[in-house]
Amino acid sequence: MGLDDVIGADSPPSEVPEAIADLVDGVLAGEQRALARAITYIENRSPGHRALVSRLHEHAGSAAVIGITGAPGAGKSTLVDKLAATYRERGDTVGVVAVDPSSPYTGGAVLGDRIRMGSNVGDMEVFFRSMSARGRLGGLSTATADTVTALDAFGKDVVIIETVGAGQNEVDIVRTAHTVAVLVQPGSGDDVQTLKAGILEIGDVFVVNKADTDGVERTVAELEEMVHRRQGTTVGLNAGHHGPGALDANAHGGDGGGTVDGGGTVDGGGTVDGADGGGTVDGADGGGTDDEAGSDAEGDSTAEPPSWTPEVCRTVGTTGEGVEELIGTFDAHETYLRDSGVLAERTKRRYAEEIRTLVRGDIGAIADDEIDRRGGIDALAERVRRRETDPYTVASAVVEPIARCVQERTDPTRERSDGTDADGA
Amino acid sequence: MSAEQERRAIRCLVAKVGLDGHDRGAHVITRALRDAGFEVVYSGLHRAPDEIVQAAVQEDVDVLGISILSGAHNTLVPKVIEGLKEYGAFEDTLIVVGGIIPDDDKAELKELGVAEIFGPGTPMEETIAFIREHAPERA
Repeated sequence: MGLDDVIGADSPPSEVPEAIADLVDGVLAGEQRALARAITYIENRSPGHRALVSRLHEHAGSAAVIGITGAPGAGKSTLVDKLAATYRERGDTVGVVAVDPSSPYTGGAVLGDRIRMGSNVGDMEVFFRSMSARGRLGGLSTATADTVTALDAFGKDVVIIETVGAGQNEVDIVRTAHTVAVLVQPGSGDDVQTLKAGILEIGDVFVVNKADTDGVERTVAELEEMVHRRQGTTVGLNAGHHGPGALDANAHGGDGGGTVDGGGTVDGGGTVDGADGGGTVDGADGGGTDDEAGSDAEGDSTAEPPSWTPEVCRTVGTTGEGVEELIGTFDAHETYLRDSGVLAERTKRRYAEEIRTLVRGDIGAIADDEIDRRGGIDALAERVRRRETDPYTVASAVVEPIARCVQERTDPTRERSDGTDADGA
Repeated sequence: MSAEQERRAIRCLVAKVGLDGHDRGAHVITRALRDAGFEVVYSGLHRAPDEIVQAAVQEDVDVLGISILSGAHNTLVPKVIEGLKEYGAFEDTLIVVGGIIPDDDKAELKELGVAEIFGPGTPMEETIAFIREHAPERA
């Protein structure tokens, strides 16, 4: 991306190229081909994708977005297939984005998640799209989020994001979902240990898949223990309906409010869950929203905004056992998110992050152009290596003209508002 | 991206259609295309033409490679092509066929819109070079 992409034809979304306008019309009219092509634009960050997404944005926002993650082989694709089929049974339309890793050497990728989509054969109401991780600039999570926007604007009731739960990139992707389900295999005690540090913190629902194999009870018990430890001081209140062996712990998910804790949940930003190793502070991200829900939870419990205790569910992906209950839990979580206002808060925060990412990317592109004007990054680095200059000086020199431009634009206003700036805007 | 213009990956669908259960070739091709830097969606075995169409349309692939060793190409390939046309995806999808295709049928398939047919023993480089050269320009 260069300067032209930033301030060029793409910039004012009001001037939409005809091809893009047609594409938008096609997507909104429900044309498969248009949607597929729109996602290609988004994936490739092709010229025009900004205008495309900004046009689609206003039509999105109604879909429930589910993120599915977990270790390779945990059964994500098979479960997604069954989830899609079950959603379809009750009349919901489904979009799926499945992200697979790409080779860091050739950039090539085998996108194999589609093989498992056997239950939705020929059902065009299920839109399944494979995506390669591509080490692309601009971030995979942005591309995924934009793809979700496209599927949402297309009219899908549910959008499922499936990704391997390894690495920060994937965690970021799955965070664009409203409800994050982390898949765990039975008997993977060690896996649970390794997962603890990162991925288990982002789960709203934990799914013990392959629940017809050995070690289910133990894995479920471990997860429940972990979930409740995370809940901090509320063990007495919550342990009841999650007790070990409570097979139907998820059965009450269907009634919406069933999983809402009465209150008294103290899941504040200060809760350090020492057992999670590494001194993980609960509430760094998703927990931050819990903060608002739970910070004054000490008092009488009736007027509390509801909070969410992560559920532990069991499924057998190959047979579809437990999938309906799982969807019930997803529904309950979505209801909780919407009713409590947490969704609005989270979405807002995600957009804030997205805006920052975009702005940084754009300014980075401007800076790249400036670097090129100064002889390219290699030449600059070589000069630093020869001790002719240093990294700080080079960085300042590159940024200086950009900063000056910004300053010139803001200076007049600054003069004007200097008096009131102290507590003003 | 200004310095190192990101090369768009070519997207392929490697499809096994019909009752033919021989997928060794498809696997080898899938792997080779991946190593060539392509993004490859593999359909899995025993797919109906409809499924292949659905996958090709939704994945918005540049290239559709159909592997058939069962001899049913004269029935299955036209169905796939019909389906692609229905969704307006025929024009800008490069269709290649691999497998055992008698010479007499090759002309007919090409008439239908198959760009090239690769028989047994075709060097992988040849297939990859063909795809590189003929893959349609996309967004």
